[in-house]
Amino acid sequence: MKKPIKVLVAKPGLDGHDRGAKVVANALRDAGMEVIYTGLHQTPEMIVEAAIQEDADVIALSILSGAHMTLFKRVRSLMEENDLADVPLIGGGIIPDQDVGPLKDLGVREVFGPGTDTREIAKFIRNLFEENTSKKKTG
Amino acid sequence: MNPKLKAALKEKRKEYLDKTKKSPQLDMDFTTVSSEPVDILYTPEDVEDIDYMADIGFPGEYPYTRGVHPNMYRGKMWTMRLFSGFGSAKDTNERYHYLLKGGQTGLSVAFDLPTLYGVDSDNPRAVGEVGKCGVAIDSIRDMETLFRGIDLGKITVSMTINGPAVIVFALFAANAQNQGVPLEKLGGTTQNDILKEYIAQKSFIFPPEPSMRLIADKMEFCTKNVPLWNTISISGYHIREAGSTAVQELAFTLADGFAYVEAGIEAGLDIDEFAPRLSFFFNSHLDFFEEICKFRAARRIWARRMREKYGAKNARSWLMRFHTQTAGCSLTAQQPENNIVRTAYQGLAAVLGGTQSLHTNSMDETLALPTAKAARIALRTQQIIAYETGVINTVDPLAGSYFVEAQTKKMEEQAEEYFRQIDELGGVIKAIEAGFFAREIGRAAYEYQKAVERERKVIVGVNDFLEGNDDDEIPTLYIDEKVERDQVAELKRLREERDNGAVSQKLETLRKAAEGTENVLPHLLDCAKAGATKGEMTDVFKGVFGEYREPAYF
Repeated sequence: MKKPIKVLVAKPGLDGHDRGAKVVANALRDAGMEVIYTGLHQTPEMIVEAAIQEDADVIALSILSGAHMTLFKRVRSLMEENDLADVPLIGGGIIPDQDVGPLKDLGVREVFGPGTDTREIAKFIRNLFEENTSKKKTG
Repeated sequence: MNPKLKAALKEKRKEYLDKTKKSPQLDMDFTTVSSEPVDILYTPEDVEDIDYMADIGFPGEYPYTRGVHPNMYRGKMWTMRLFSGFGSAKDTNERYHYLLKGGQTGLSVAFDLPTLYGVDSDNPRAVGEVGKCGVAIDSIRDMETLFRGIDLGKITVSMTINGPAVIVFALFAANAQNQGVPLEKLGGTTQNDILKEYIAQKSFIFPPEPSMRLIADKMEFCTKNVPLWNTISISGYHIREAGSTAVQELAFTLADGFAYVEAGIEAGLDIDEFAPRLSFFFNSHLDFFEEICKFRAARRIWARRMREKYGAKNARSWLMRFHTQTAGCSLTAQQPENNIVRTAYQGLAAVLGGTQSLHTNSMDETLALPTAKAARIALRTQQIIAYETGVINTVDPLAGSYFVEAQTKKMEEQAEEYFRQIDELGGVIKAIEAGFFAREIGRAAYEYQKAVERERKVIVGVNDFLEGNDDDEIPTLYIDEKVERDQVAELKRLREERDNGAVSQKLETLRKAAEGTENVLPHLLDCAKAGATKGEMTDVFKGVFGEYREPAYF
């Protein structure tokens, strides 16, 4: 049997809005993935440490506080320092359009804004994973 | 009802329902936004066990179902109070002057996350968050800037602050005193509702027990010294935003209210002295009648419990005054101008439900904090409801509607059922610790999302009527990183300029009060005046009370 994709859903910073993170966590679990939820108020260090400990296949950050530029950047650079550069990083929350491009430049694979269908997120993750494994096979 | 009429009604109703079954029906769920079923028709049968005088009564009279004042909006228009705060104290002060000039009648402060968590702007945990989702306030100097040119003896100020509520209140009150406004003239509200932080909003700092002690200290201090201050704004807003149903919002908020009443009584306070200063804060969501019925049920439940269960004798203890905010979670990032329409209906429901104060959301709030123009439209929406629609001419115009009265009663009964469950768990704090609220709300939020994705609920621009989504750009407010750099520099200057010996000594006195049973408020005022920062005062409490950590589950 194929091992389920393991997703770390994380809430960085001081932001307490966890409705979206929890809804996405439930939806990804119902889509057959293994979901680890970090809980609130995580520092970038705690998130990357959790990703290492849990051997996460994907890291998903939810930020509604406006601190996304700072927090994604720190998570991403810590991932690079810890050999997690290949682990896809995705995000969601209240993120203005003008910040999406710069976030992608930092290495964030996709940003899911308000109103996103959770099945779309699951599909995106599954595609990423298939893309990654097929790369590994050919590479 | 006379038996003959009753029999005729029953017969006629059956005939009518048979007819409806043979008539065409759309393939839709006819349920509320909270997924409550609604009947196709309501008749006198649905309200026959409602006693007008006992259950509905007159405005300004027990049980206040029809409103808390005899004249309602003919006597006093609701306070138009937009929740706002962003960037620095100076930025926000400018916005306040702009809104006041536009006809706003009260102020409401949105603090940034470091302030909500009692963390100074130069703390490593604040990096990237300063001034982002509210205004950054570190010390009395920032309070002075925030209210510059505003007479705090005349305008009431509401502050959304919970974990460090006593601390931020002290900064505010100390500044008012410095400006020559005595405490007894200071009017406004601190949200100070810690229970809903553990339940929904999650900006807690200390564990529940010491947090309740700080709240009791504040109720005691304000009852004696700041008589016009609303000590707690017991809030359902955030519970609803976290995904609860309307009934859950109603029940959990009132359960929190009863817990504060019990805490006040346990602290030895006279219920009729502190209860009149408790106020409430509700959400107004999209389901028009469900919201109106929720507001009416809330007033009735509160009045009944306060009089019957807690034995309050003062009529002001029975009446529930509340602020309302339209539902942020109902707004869409898609075609954001449509949010103006959503907000207008929600504001109208709040007014028909008898609110004392109203915040209407700006159309751009799913994207960022509001621009000045978006905030102005939100304010104008209230003014249109107040002065153009005519709904204020008569008090509680929907009373007597078979549907509205039956729904009001049903929601009251459903809330009572939740009170029973919470009692069985051992009360609100025990229910928080058992994860009861988080589970209930989480389940409702996920069910709602699934209903949207299965298209059983239509959201315009999200799962239907998508045309126009590609052409939906509107200007948004951007908070520059410079705000954080400036705030950190200001803080450094404060730490250099103040008398650090005096600050340490005041903080030490505060620590002793926190360790013992003495009221902490007078000491917080001393600290604030000496230039202690909110982070320093919070750290004193963290040292004494510890910090709360929420278990992570979904």
